[in-house]
Amino acid sequence: MSMNPTLETNETYMYQFERVKKSARMKSFIKGMLFLFPSILLFSVFVFYPMFKTIYLSFYLTDAKGSTTVFVGLENYLNMFTNPIFLQSIKNTFLFVFYTVPPTVLISLFLAILANENLRGIGLFRTIYSSTIGISVAAASVFWLYLFNPTMGLLNKFLEAFGGEPVGWLTDPAWALLSVSVTTIWMNIGFTFLILLGGLQSIDRSLYESAEVEGSGYFYKLRRITIPMLSPTLFFVITVSMINSFQTFGQIDILTQGGPANETSLIVYSIYREAFVNYQFGSASAQAVVLFILILVMTVIQFKLGERRVHYQ
Amino acid sequence: MSQVELINISKSYHKQKDVLKGINLSIEEGEFFVLVGPSGSGKSTLLRMIAGLEEISGGILKINGNTVNHLPPKDRNLSMVFQNYALYPHLTVEQNILFGLKARKIDKQEQQKRLKEAAEMLGLTELLNRKPRELSGGQRQRVALGRSVVSHAPLCLMDEPLSNLDAKLRANMRVQIRRLQKRLGLTMIYVTHDQVEAMTMGDRIMVLNGGEIQQVGKPITLYNEPENLFVASFIGSPKMNVGDAVFSEDRKQLIIENQLHITVNPSSIMDFSKNRNIKVGIRPEHLLSGKSTGERNIYFEVVNVEQLGNETSIAFVVGKELWTAKWPGQWPVKFGQKVPVQILPEHLFFFDAETGERIKSAELRKRQEVITI
Repeated sequence: MSMNPTLETNETYMYQFERVKKSARMKSFIKGMLFLFPSILLFSVFVFYPMFKTIYLSFYLTDAKGSTTVFVGLENYLNMFTNPIFLQSIKNTFLFVFYTVPPTVLISLFLAILANENLRGIGLFRTIYSSTIGISVAAASVFWLYLFNPTMGLLNKFLEAFGGEPVGWLTDPAWALLSVSVTTIWMNIGFTFLILLGGLQSIDRSLYESAEVEGSGYFYKLRRITIPMLSPTLFFVITVSMINSFQTFGQIDILTQGGPANETSLIVYSIYREAFVNYQFGSASAQAVVLFILILVMTVIQFKLGERRVHYQ
Repeated sequence: MSQVELINISKSYHKQKDVLKGINLSIEEGEFFVLVGPSGSGKSTLLRMIAGLEEISGGILKINGNTVNHLPPKDRNLSMVFQNYALYPHLTVEQNILFGLKARKIDKQEQQKRLKEAAEMLGLTELLNRKPRELSGGQRQRVALGRSVVSHAPLCLMDEPLSNLDAKLRANMRVQIRRLQKRLGLTMIYVTHDQVEAMTMGDRIMVLNGGEIQQVGKPITLYNEPENLFVASFIGSPKMNVGDAVFSEDRKQLIIENQLHITVNPSSIMDFSKNRNIKVGIRPEHLLSGKSTGERNIYFEVVNVEQLGNETSIAFVVGKELWTAKWPGQWPVKFGQKVPVQILPEHLFFFDAETGERIKSAELRKRQEVITI
């Protein structure tokens, strides 16, 4: 019996502890929310709302101003897959990703490995290799437009100088997508190079030194140390480049407008035409949703395949 | 035969001030040679120059009698253990150990034989399939040693290999490395900033400060006959107590830090010129506890006491210096208490105050040595 009062006091103490802990938790929750508020607000306005609006619109037909007129259910989606132009744009997009991502990553990796050497004046080369990061898509496209010009362009001048036939870089269906790809590779190298160089620089120097003492040659070090240690960065760069390629729009609009014969019409360009040329906001939204799902699936696949080969430290 | 020979080696970066100058040294085969010095003394740079990881700005480096200045690290036939172990995080312990052998395209069976040998020697057999991040600090250290063992290189360089381990493990690894070196008959060049490591492991020690050799010699020689003030205070723990000193007019007394008066035998200080500025040093274990009735007792106020169980370390202020006494056993001394201390002139080291050069070592230490032999 004499134990009872102590027990009770213990319980009251426990109860008080709980209350204090609870209010502390509440306080920290509110604080956290306050920190998150600006980004939640911005994301809601510019990401979440448009996303849900897009999904909503994809089930409707719209008038020229974009207001919904008739609910059509999945019809926009079903029509899309019988639309040869859209199917063509999907095929083009995959080809474009295939043409741009591997070369971008390989060339950037090569340049980054070169620029990672400690030589006098290497800063100049690092600046040059990464400089395209500072050039806007529009400026770069115009610049390449001049290079590609069939009569005055530098590329054809070169061909002529060596006795070749002039090529319709942007007008020949066999060349157009390749030409746009080259432009894109050139533009993406800056960013990819910079990230890869950063990855290379964060590899511990002593690993190389130890390997040198142990008798490794240059390529052995490259294969056994550099590439595995760089794998997280490579993985990131490949993922981001792929998403970027899927969403390419600017250079298409400026260089080819999707021509010739829709050979360079990529999904985003197709969405743009559907919405702002044909004023079919419903089916444009449906295409956007399909693109979203495509990128999502590709990224998930990449994570599933890639994670096994990536060595995080 | 001397295995490594450094002739007038120097190092400078970007044609600026030398970080190492005039290093002449020869290291014998099978010797455990320790480079010790405070941080920034150039000891790691020197080691990296021997390894071939840093360019040699001047002088000649010979390994096994051949000049190797121009050879890349892989052709110098040596192995190296790095401070951070430099284990490849994406490879297993086995792959880490075999990395160098694979690079040198050594026969598969030979690789496995050496791996098995090294793993047994270092107790790594159970860990071969682990990744470095799944290992403790001591285990990583052993993997790094394993890489060096399988290389069968006769010369092994170590750059502060124990500095990332806790004190207990460090003491353990000191013994392991020492045994390994003797067992394999390796020539070892070992860099450390820790004088205890240097004293306990080295056959010979080189003390480096500010890019210059201070002294090269056996650990005991460095302790008993330090060439200069730097070596005297660098070697030994707690460090040697040092103070400015002058002789009294009649040359019968030595006055330390204007505070301690010690009676000296005039005949033993014959060789000191009168006006020379000197510094005296005394090892903590030579600040003896005074007998309660002793005449020569000097009383000090205790400012700190460290009870270590087997010994007691007591600190007190002398002039502008903090001196430490190390008394064997346990002493119930309290903070602020006045304790009697006995200073025998025979225990004093004398240094030139300007150059720091040693003028005279402690006499008594030498006599004790003679007795024990």
